[in-house]
Amino acid sequence: MSARSGWFARAALTLLLAWLVLYPILVVVADAGRGDALATFVSRPGEWGALWASVWISLASVVLAAVIGVPLAFLFEWLEFPGRKTLGSLIALPAVLPPFVGVVAFLFLYGESGFVARAVQAALGLTRAPWRLQGAGAILLVHAYSMYVYFYLFARAGLAKLDASMLEAAQALGAGRWHTLRRVALPLLRPSLAGAALLVFMTALGSFSAPYVFGGGFRVMTTQIVATKLNGELPLAMVETVALALVATLGLVVLRRTEGDDILAALGKGIGPLRRPIRRVSVRALATATGWALAVLLLLPHVTLVLVSLVPYGTWTTEALPPVLSFVNYQRLFGEPERLRPLVNSAWMAAASTAAAIAVALAAGALVGRRGGRWRGPIETLVALPWALPGTVFAVALATTFGAAQPWALRWVLVGTVVLLPLAYLVRNLPVTGRAVLAGYRQLDPAVEEAAASLGAGRWATFRRVTLPLLKPALAAGGSIAFVAALGDFVTSVVLYTYDNRPISIEIMGSLRISELGVAAAFGVMLMLASALVLGLGARR
Amino acid sequence: MKAFVTLDGVRKQWSPTVSVGPLSLEVARGEMVALLGPSGSGKTTVLRLLAGFEALDAGRIVVGGEDVTAVPPAKRRFGMVFQHYALFPHLDVGENVAFGLTARGAAAADQVRAKVAEALALVDLAGFERRRVYELSGGQQQRVALARALAPEPRVLLLDEPLSNLDPALRERTRRELRTLITRVGITSVFVTHEQEEAFDLGDRVAVLHDGRLEQAATPDELYEHPASLFVATFVGRANVVRGALAGALGARDGQIVVVRPERLRFADAGVPGVVRERRYTGAAAFYQVDTEPGDRLEVQAGPGAARVGERVYLEATGVMTFAEGGGGVRP
Ligand SMILES: Nc1ncnc2c1ncn2[C@@H]1O[C@H](COP(=O)(O)OP(=O)(O)OP(=O)(O)O)[C@@H](O)[C@H]1O
Ligand SMILES: [Mg+2]
Repeated sequence: MSARSGWFARAALTLLLAWLVLYPILVVVADAGRGDALATFVSRPGEWGALWASVWISLASVVLAAVIGVPLAFLFEWLEFPGRKTLGSLIALPAVLPPFVGVVAFLFLYGESGFVARAVQAALGLTRAPWRLQGAGAILLVHAYSMYVYFYLFARAGLAKLDASMLEAAQALGAGRWHTLRRVALPLLRPSLAGAALLVFMTALGSFSAPYVFGGGFRVMTTQIVATKLNGELPLAMVETVALALVATLGLVVLRRTEGDDILAALGKGIGPLRRPIRRVSVRALATATGWALAVLLLLPHVTLVLVSLVPYGTWTTEALPPVLSFVNYQRLFGEPERLRPLVNSAWMAAASTAAAIAVALAAGALVGRRGGRWRGPIETLVALPWALPGTVFAVALATTFGAAQPWALRWVLVGTVVLLPLAYLVRNLPVTGRAVLAGYRQLDPAVEEAAASLGAGRWATFRRVTLPLLKPALAAGGSIAFVAALGDFVTSVVLYTYDNRPISIEIMGSLRISELGVAAAFGVMLMLASALVLGLGARR
Repeated sequence: MKAFVTLDGVRKQWSPTVSVGPLSLEVARGEMVALLGPSGSGKTTVLRLLAGFEALDAGRIVVGGEDVTAVPPAKRRFGMVFQHYALFPHLDVGENVAFGLTARGAAAADQVRAKVAEALALVDLAGFERRRVYELSGGQQQRVALARALAPEPRVLLLDEPLSNLDPALRERTRRELRTLITRVGITSVFVTHEQEEAFDLGDRVAVLHDGRLEQAATPDELYEHPASLFVATFVGRANVVRGALAGALGARDGQIVVVRPERLRFADAGVPGVVRERRYTGAAAFYQVDTEPGDRLEVQAGPGAARVGERVYLEATGVMTFAEGGGGVRP
């Protein structure tokens, strides 16, 4: 590539990304500043309440997720007990439940008329359900369940990288187990833990499904935005969107700072510590029992979903367990074209948006992956930006930007067409594929491509025969995560779907509204299986 | 010699086929012992058994009359310098050195500070307390590791390949400093190395390990002059190993193996005949490869002008060591 065409390609990619990622946000900011929406926002206590709720729910989610995930990581990384391997992978299972499906499963399981409530009701002979799954507590329960996985996985990865001689050095200096843990292991894990905290905070801040279903009167900013928009108070919704975006950015900056130096991770050169077998029989039995009990607890939502999906419409009323089980719901799913549509819609939109996100990421990698230059900073930032902003923010921003016909301002009416939703998926997936591909490019030894070139391979042949195969693990990992996220998306879909491209999650919501729990659950099971399959394939080496 | 540290029949069974030991070794108070051996011979294993990081499968370890076999590493009061130093990257130099002083519970802050300063002064790093460990050079990191290990005044100092992480130019200077320092502190120490020069330079005695067994533990002179086995004779120093007809010509009995060092061969007017094939000049001397008539090739160390390539020469041995095939040494 000549210097000039290289410059042109980089500039074009930067502009494309800016138009996709940054421009909609700017449009929202401009709209928010118009009129008296800002004054309305400031004067309503409900708005501040929702904003504060978003913040404290996110912080509490971080604490809860850490309290569950970190000890589990130590248990599985440092100790050896029967079933450790199987359990260790089972424990990451919440990851295959898309957020909205997880919430629905929780509803069936712990909700007012869920299995657990019914069991308690039957056992105690109560006339009414013993509790309502609603409010902040319910949201936190779902968050803890779905987000501890981040802490668990990050802490395990950090522990696996920990240099065993660090721990031995502490011991040789007379430090006991507790002292070693507190003064050496945990500080060395700080980058991993801060990374997990950041991820949980951002996920919880953008969480929509749990507050939407369980919030009741309790509003967080994401649900507030959607409610305001449905009310037709568009300018106010813009202000709310900007407020949420600001909080997200602030959280990102603060948490990034605590993440600190990579030097901690970089300095360890040795091998990881060996797992210590638990010798005392009683303790080992306890660890094993705890592990399995936990696995069952974590698996309950999945099992619930499968069970409910087998319940035909109207057959389950007051019994503790459903009296009739059949595959009738699945037959309807695949037998009625109207029911099949959402499955097809989700599949093609997820596939198309993932393919496009990978293509953009590859372009970014090829242009600035190795030799940065002036364009690297802007391109990397633009690719990562959607990650820093909640899905609701992007959905509203895209709906606003592409709801007006101003071709001179690069705005077309896409609202109401089938392309807007996949476009939103694409934007939301850019960070995942971008990060994977850029990291892959950075690990690539430039000498390998140079070798190919010296052997006579042209630019395209080198890319196809050398670069692409080497990037395959990164592409598979990033692509599978992106695909699964798009397949199960609810946050952006609820704002941007049309009847013609309604995805699975929207169909689940619709089925729940008309009390077709079985069908809703069957859709959930399909999503769960597809997610597990794709993630499994993506993780294979 | 009165032993301060005793390894008594110590054995580690890694797997049904791989084991280290049984091995017995005594270290006197204030002595510095080198564990020398090829890769996989069990040096690190022995050191880690001593430190308590691995549990013994047999035998016992006694220090100053106290059986420490079952004592965990944190209570052994052994100092250890790790191969990659294992400095805590989240603590500064001062906090690293103070770690062992405060690990067993609270200690008076000014006392700790004084001890840290003292330990750092000992390794020539006075005033480095507030520096970050990753800002230090390799040699400085090594000295911080040493100060950290010495600060709590351990009974024994263990060092795992203490110089292997340094570049060759630095290695020799650091070696001298290490020797001076350890002599000054007078601490009983055991260190691992796979370099003979390092072992000879630093060790009062050298324990040679081979395939998990202790071949010989002796002073460098003794090892060189009177190796206890064929392995030691060839592993320590340069050596020509000769079997068969040529061995007979050099004075061995039937079935014996002869080991002769290059400096113990010289060109003479009579003796084993041969032709000089190669000459490698090293300055003070030269090494000559001689193809002898009985068939083997011998390496001879002699003056730079003692012979020319292609010249026909006669070799004479001034000292040979003989060993029984597969057995121990026989004094010449
Ligand atoms: N943790 C372990 N598990 C199983 N086998 C081990 C372990 N550590 C060492 N071994 C085995 O014990 C033998 C001695 O190993 P050791 O590491 O002590 O050798 P070494 O002399 O330190 O070698 P090197 O110079 O390569 O460091 C080797 O055969 C090795 O494979
Ligand atoms: Mg070793």
